[in-house]
Amino acid sequence: MDKTLNQKAWFLVLPVLVLVAFSAVLPVMTVVNYSVQDTFGNNKFFWAGLEWYAEMLQSERMWDALVRQLMFSGIILAIEVPLGIFVALHMPKSGFWSSFCLVLMSLPLLIPWNVVGTIWQIFGRVDIGLLGYTLDLLGIEYNYTQDIFSAWATIIVMDVWHWTSLVALLAFAGLKSIPDAYYQAAKIDQASRWNVFRYIELPKMMGVLMIAILLRFMDSFMIYTEPFVVTGGGPGNATTLLSIDLVKMALGQFDLGPAAAFSIMYYLVILTISYVFYTVMTAMDKKEG
Amino acid sequence: MAKITLDNLAHSYFPNPRSEDDFALKELNHVWTDGEAYALLGSSGCGKSTLLNIISGLLTPSQGRILFDDLDVTGASTADRNIAQVFQFPVVYDTMTVRDNLAFPLKNRGASAQYIASRVQQIGEMIGMEAELDKRARGLTADAKQKISLGRGMVREDVNALLFDEPLTVIDPHMKWELRTQLKSLHHEFGHTMIYVTHDQTEALTFADKVVVMYDGRVVQIGTPEELFEKPEHTFVGYFIGSPGMNVIPATVEGNTAVVHGATVKIGQAFGSLNGKVEIGVRPEFAKLTDGEGLPVKVRRVEDVGRHKIVRADLFGNDINIVASESEVISSDMNRVTFDPARVNVYVNDWLQEGEAA
Repeated sequence: MDKTLNQKAWFLVLPVLVLVAFSAVLPVMTVVNYSVQDTFGNNKFFWAGLEWYAEMLQSERMWDALVRQLMFSGIILAIEVPLGIFVALHMPKSGFWSSFCLVLMSLPLLIPWNVVGTIWQIFGRVDIGLLGYTLDLLGIEYNYTQDIFSAWATIIVMDVWHWTSLVALLAFAGLKSIPDAYYQAAKIDQASRWNVFRYIELPKMMGVLMIAILLRFMDSFMIYTEPFVVTGGGPGNATTLLSIDLVKMALGQFDLGPAAAFSIMYYLVILTISYVFYTVMTAMDKKEG
Repeated sequence: MAKITLDNLAHSYFPNPRSEDDFALKELNHVWTDGEAYALLGSSGCGKSTLLNIISGLLTPSQGRILFDDLDVTGASTADRNIAQVFQFPVVYDTMTVRDNLAFPLKNRGASAQYIASRVQQIGEMIGMEAELDKRARGLTADAKQKISLGRGMVREDVNALLFDEPLTVIDPHMKWELRTQLKSLHHEFGHTMIYVTHDQTEALTFADKVVVMYDGRVVQIGTPEELFEKPEHTFVGYFIGSPGMNVIPATVEGNTAVVHGATVKIGQAFGSLNGKVEIGVRPEFAKLTDGEGLPVKVRRVEDVGRHKIVRADLFGNDINIVASESEVISSDMNRVTFDPARVNVYVNDWLQEGEAA
C-alpha cells in the first residue's frame, strides 16, 4: 500500500513529545548524568563511566536492601491477596450493607502515606500506644524500635491494614461481574463451595487479580514513607528497604553518583518484573479470547 | 423421572404484594405428566423464567407447593430435587476441558470413574464434540459452549426433569434445528420430563408434546400445537401463535350469527346472550378474499412469502390479515372477505366461549 508522506504530521506529535520530555525524559537524564560522573563539590564533575554501577553491584549494602525488599513485597503479597479475596467473598453482594462495606473499606486507601505511618508509629508505642501498651500488658515482648521481629511485624501489619482493601475491592468487582447463571448452574451440578471458588470465581477473578498483584507489587517495591515514619529503617538496618536506603545514600550522605546508579538499577528491576507480569497477563487474555 | 405437581403456586418479587399486579406469577395449579415434553411459550416478562426457576428450586415461591411425584419439595434445594437445567447463555467451566465439564455433575455425585468415562463419551458424541473433548472450554465459540451446557444438562440419566431456559438463543439457525432434533430423540429414548422455555413459537411447536402458553404471569392455555392453532382459548394465544396471528374483530353475537359494524357473519355454533367485551377470532388461513359476498375490506398490500400470500387489509378501521394460496390471483375488484363458519371462535373478555352446535 502506498503511504502519503506528510512531514507536517510531526507537529501533531510535538505536544506529547515536549510534555514527556519535561515530565520524564529530562529528570531521568539528570539521574543518568549523575550516575556516570563523580564530584568533589563546587559543582565540578568528572567522568566516571560505569564505575558507580560496578561498585553498587558489588555493594553488600545494596544486595541486603534488595533481599529485604523482596522479602517485604513477597510477604505482603502472600497475605494481602488471599485475605483480599477472602474479604471480597464474604462481603454482602448488594443493598445498603454492600455500599457501607465499600465505603468503609475505601477509607484506609484515602489516608496519606505519612499519616498512616504516624498512626502506626503512635499506635505501636509501648508507653502511650494502644497496641504497644496492650501487648506489653499481656506480657508479650514488643518494641519496634529495638526488636527486629516487632519492627517487621509492625510494618507488615501496617501495609496489610492500608492496602488489603484495594485487593478486596478489585476482587469484589471481579466477583460482581459473574452472572447469576453460573452459580445456579453450579448448584444444579451439585458443586461444592470449594469447587465453585476453584472453577467459577477464581477463573473469573483472574484478570482483576493480576492487576491487583501488579499494583501491589509495584507499590510495595517502591514503598518509602510508611516504614520510614515508623522505624526509620531500624533497628539497625533491619527495615531499611531499597528506597529508604536510596534516600539515605543520596540525601543523607550526599553520594550522588552511587545513588544515581542505584536509582537506575532499581528502576530497571521494577521495569523488568512489571514487564514479565504484563506479558503473562496479556498471554492469559489471549488464551481467554 | 417424576410427575411434577404445582399446587396453588404463585410468586411475587415484592416482599409484601398488595394486589394481583404485584405477582410475576399468578396463582397456578398444574400437573406436569411424567415423561412428557412441554414447551413454556410466552413473550418476554410473562413469568415463564420465574416458573422455571421455581420448579428447579432456584427461587422459592411466595405461596403454594411443588410436589415431585407425591413428595413436597417446595423447600428442597436444587441439588436435592435432582433436576438439570440449561440456561439461556452458555455456562461452562472455563478452565476445564470439555470432558471435565461434562463429567463435573457426575463426579460431584460420586459416580464411578468407569461409568463417567463411558457416559461422557456418549454425550460427547451426541452433541457432536467427541473430537474436542480434550480441548479447554475457554477458547470455544458461543455455540460450542452452549452445546457443552446442553451436554452437561443431559449427562445424568436419573434426573427428575430436564429444564431448558431458552437454550438455543445463541446458536446458529442450522445448529438449532439439529440440536432440537437431538433433544427430541433424546426425549424419546430416555423419557425424561422436559420443560423448555422459549419465546419462539416454531421452537415450541416443533419440540413439545404440549405447549403451555403464558401471558402476563398467567397460564392461558395448555394444549397440543394443533389445539393452540384451532381453538386458542385466549385471544393472546390467537395472535401470539400463527404467522400472522389470529384476527380478532369486535362484534356482537346473536344465536349463530355475529354482527360486525352492521354486517352479518355466519358462525358454526349458537350462543345465548353474551355479556362483556365480545370479539370473534378468525385465523388468516380461514379467511378468504372474494369479489362476491362478505364483509367489505380495503386491501392495503399483498406480501408474497413464498409458500403463500399474505393480504394486509382494512376492515372497518381494524387491521385484518388473510392468507391466500400461492396460485390464487388477487385482482383489484376483490373487496370482500368471508370466513369459514366452523373456524370462527367467539371470545368474551378475551376468553374463548363454547356454544352449542348449530
